[in-house]
Amino acid sequence: MKAQVLAKPKAFYDKFERKGGTNLETTHYCPGCGHGNIHKILAEAIVDFGIQDRTVLVSPVGCSVFAYYYFDIGNVQAAHGRAPAVATGLKRSNKDSIVISYQGDGDLAAIGGAEILNAANRGENITVIFINNAIYGMTGGQMAPTTMVGQKTKTSPFGRSSENEGHPIRMCEIISTLEAPVYVERTALVDFKSINRTKKVLRKALQNQIDNKGFSFVEILAPCPTGWKMSSVDSQKWIEEKMIPYFPVKVFKDISDDIEPRSIKKKTLTDKEILDVLGLAPSGKADTVDKDFLGKFSEQKMKIAGFGGQGVLTAGVMLAAMAMEENLEVSWLPSYGPEMRGGTANCSVHLSNKRIGSPLTTNPNVLIAMNGPSLDAFEDTVEKDGLIITNSSIVDRKVKRDDVKAIEIPLTEMASKMGMTAVANMICIGAYLELTKVIDTATAKDTIKQHLKKKEFVDINLKAIDEGVKYIRENYS
Amino acid sequence: MAKELIKGNEAVVKGAILAGCSLYFGYPITPASEIAESAASYFPMSGGTFIQAESEVAAINMVYGASSTGSRAMTASSGPGLSLKQEGISYLAGAELPCVIVDVMRAGPGLGNIWPEQSDYNQIVKGGGHGNYKVIVLAPNSAQEMCDFTMLAFDLADKYRNPVIVLTDAYIGQMMEPVEFPNKRKEVPYRDYALYGDKKTRHNLITSILMNTELLEKHNIKLGKKYQEVEENEVKFEAMYTDDAELILMGYGIVSRMLQNVVETLRQEGKKVGLLRPITLFPFPNQKIAELADTADKFLVAELSDGQMINDVRLALNGKKEVHLFNRMGGAVPSVEELLEAARKYI
Repeated sequence: MKAQVLAKPKAFYDKFERKGGTNLETTHYCPGCGHGNIHKILAEAIVDFGIQDRTVLVSPVGCSVFAYYYFDIGNVQAAHGRAPAVATGLKRSNKDSIVISYQGDGDLAAIGGAEILNAANRGENITVIFINNAIYGMTGGQMAPTTMVGQKTKTSPFGRSSENEGHPIRMCEIISTLEAPVYVERTALVDFKSINRTKKVLRKALQNQIDNKGFSFVEILAPCPTGWKMSSVDSQKWIEEKMIPYFPVKVFKDISDDIEPRSIKKKTLTDKEILDVLGLAPSGKADTVDKDFLGKFSEQKMKIAGFGGQGVLTAGVMLAAMAMEENLEVSWLPSYGPEMRGGTANCSVHLSNKRIGSPLTTNPNVLIAMNGPSLDAFEDTVEKDGLIITNSSIVDRKVKRDDVKAIEIPLTEMASKMGMTAVANMICIGAYLELTKVIDTATAKDTIKQHLKKKEFVDINLKAIDEGVKYIRENYS
Repeated sequence: MAKELIKGNEAVVKGAILAGCSLYFGYPITPASEIAESAASYFPMSGGTFIQAESEVAAINMVYGASSTGSRAMTASSGPGLSLKQEGISYLAGAELPCVIVDVMRAGPGLGNIWPEQSDYNQIVKGGGHGNYKVIVLAPNSAQEMCDFTMLAFDLADKYRNPVIVLTDAYIGQMMEPVEFPNKRKEVPYRDYALYGDKKTRHNLITSILMNTELLEKHNIKLGKKYQEVEENEVKFEAMYTDDAELILMGYGIVSRMLQNVVETLRQEGKKVGLLRPITLFPFPNQKIAELADTADKFLVAELSDGQMINDVRLALNGKKEVHLFNRMGGAVPSVEELLEAARKYI
C-alpha cells in the first residue's frame, strides 16, 4: 500500500529544495520528534491568519536550525542563543512584520539566557516558541538546562546531579514574573488533547503580535526519542510522568485582554526637519574670508587650566568657536588620560590658519593658569616668548620665567564684583583677545550669543569680555 | 552645508543619521559611551530607533536582525565590547549583511584602562571572529572624518554587503573640531536580498550555515573574490612629502596628527622626511608602500600598541627596506617632541 501524504499547509514549500539530497518530501527530523508537529501547527496558523508574506521566522542553533528548509516565509538564521536579539532588530526595523523566535532549550535557557530575559522584559512585540525537550538534540544528546535530575545524557552519563549541575530551569515561571510579557503558557505534546491545546496557545501567541499587544511566550514540552533513547510511545509517557510534574502545563500569565494595542505609527521626517533636529540648519551666512588676517595669523597653541568649576573647558570651547567664526582652523581637546595631573582640569586649544597637526598641546605658546597648581604644572612647558596669563586672585606667586610675557589679572575678584564668579573665564578671554588681537571682539560677542545655552547669562558674559579688554587697556598698554 | 564645532563621537551620530541609518543598538562603555548617549537623543528625534541592549553580544545581533530587513543599522563600542561583538561580526560577514560598527579604542588587554591605544588593530583588521572573512576598516584622524567616514562606511557596507568598522581612538572621539555636514539625508538603497516583510522578498533567506562542503567552499571563494575587489578599488591613504623622502613615517588615527607636525618640522630643517597615513587599514595601501620602497631608504612606524600595523608594513615591504617601530602603550600618547626625537635617529 502506498503511503498517503496528507496535504501540506501552504506556508510550507511543496518540495524542500533547500534541504538538498534526493528526498525532498520529508523533513530532516527524526521519527517521533516534536518539531514536525509544531512546524505543522505553526504553518497552519500562518496560513489561517493570512500573514504568510509578512512573517519572518528566526531559526536558532539546534535541530530547528534548518526550519528554513520547510517554511515558505521570510527566514533568518541566528547565532546560538541570539534569536531574541535578532528578532528585536527585525521587529524594531519593520513593525508590520510578524516575527517568530523559534528556540530550543539549550539555545534559549542556557547560552541565550540574557537575550530571552531582556527581550521579554522590554516587551518586544514578538512571539517566542520555546521547544523544551530536556536535551541538546542536534549536537548528539548532551545535557540541557532543562534536563531532569537523574536523566542520563552524553554529558551527564551518571544522570544529572542537582549538586553538580543544579536543577532544571523553569523558563515560564521566570518569564511570567516580569511586568512586560503579555502571555506566558506551557503546553505539552503527549496526546490529541494536548496537541489541540498547543494549537490554540500558538494561535493566541501569534494573535497577540498581530494585534500589537506585545511579548508572548509559549513553552512546549516535546519528545526527543532519539536523544532520550526511547520509543515514541515511551517518550510521550516520559513527558507525562517525569516532565509535567516538574514543568506544570498551564497558563502562567495572560493579560492580553487588558492590554491596549500599541501604536506603530511611523514618523518620517523631511530633510529640513532632520537638519533641525540635528541642530544643523544652514546659517545662510556667507563665508567671508579675510585673507590678509589669515595670512598673518600665527598658530596659537593654548593650554587653559584651573580647578574644576572655573569654566576652563567652556572657555576653550568658546575660543575655538570664536576662531571658527573667523574661518580659522581650530581644535579643542579636554584633559584626558596621562594629561590629567596636579588635580587640575585643562584643555588644549589650537587656532591656526593652516591644517592643525597634533591637537594635544605639550609646549603651549599661550598658558592660561586659573589657579596655582596649573601654573606649577605648566609654566615650564611654555615656549620662549610665549604668553602666560595668571588669575592673581588665586595664584599667590609670580611667574618665574623671564623669557615669556606674564600678565596678572585678578579674575575671580573682578568676576565677584560683577556678581558672578563663573564669568572669570570670559573676563580672561576678553583680556586674551585684547592682548593678541587674534579674534575680533565683535565676532567673539556674536559667538557667545550664538553658543551660550543659558540665554539669561548672555549679557553678563558679554560684559565680562568688555571688562577683560578694559583691564588690559588700563594696566598693560 | 552646516558647520558645527563638535566632538568626534557626536559627529559619528549625526553623520550616521544623514547616511540614512535609522537604528542604533548599543551598550555603554568608556570611551565610546558618548556615541550611545548622543544616539539615544538624535535617533528617536529623527524618527529612528535607539535601544540600549543587554550586552554587546545582543547589540550586534540586533544590528544583524535590523540589517536583514534592509535598514541601515549600527553599533559602537570600545575594545572589550568589540571582543564580544566578534561572534556577531562573523555571522554578519558570513550572511553578507551590511552594517557599520565604530570602535573607539582604549588600552588593554583585559580591562586595561580607558585611555587611548591602537591595540585593537589585530582584532579588527585581521578579523577577530571565526572563519575566513574580512571587514573593511576606516581610520579617521579628525572630527570631520568621523562624520565623513561613518557616512562612507554605510555606502561601502551596502556596496560590498559586508560589515565596515570605523576604527578610532579616545582622542579623536573626545576632540572638538569644526565639521561640515551635508544638508540632505542619503537615500538607503534597496536590498533585493533583504526581508521587507512582503510577497516579493518572502523567499529570501538570511543565513551563514551551508552544510554542503562544496557549497561552503564556494561561498568562501566568493567572499575571497569580494575582498580582492575591495583591495583593488577601495584603498585610501594620505601621503605628505613622500615623493623625495628618504625616511617615511607611518601612523594612523591620532598618531598621524602628531606625525604631521614632525614631518613639517623636519622639512623646515631641510630633512627629506615624508608621511604615509593609511586611511583604509583593510584594504591596506600595500602598493603605495611597495612603490615607496623603491624611492625611500627607511620606514618608521609609530603606533599606540605593541607593534601591530607594522607587520602589514613589513609584508608590503617584503624585506626590501628596513622598518622600525616607535610605540607607546597603556594609554600614553607620545608628544610631537618625542616623535621628533625618534625620527631623528633614522635620518
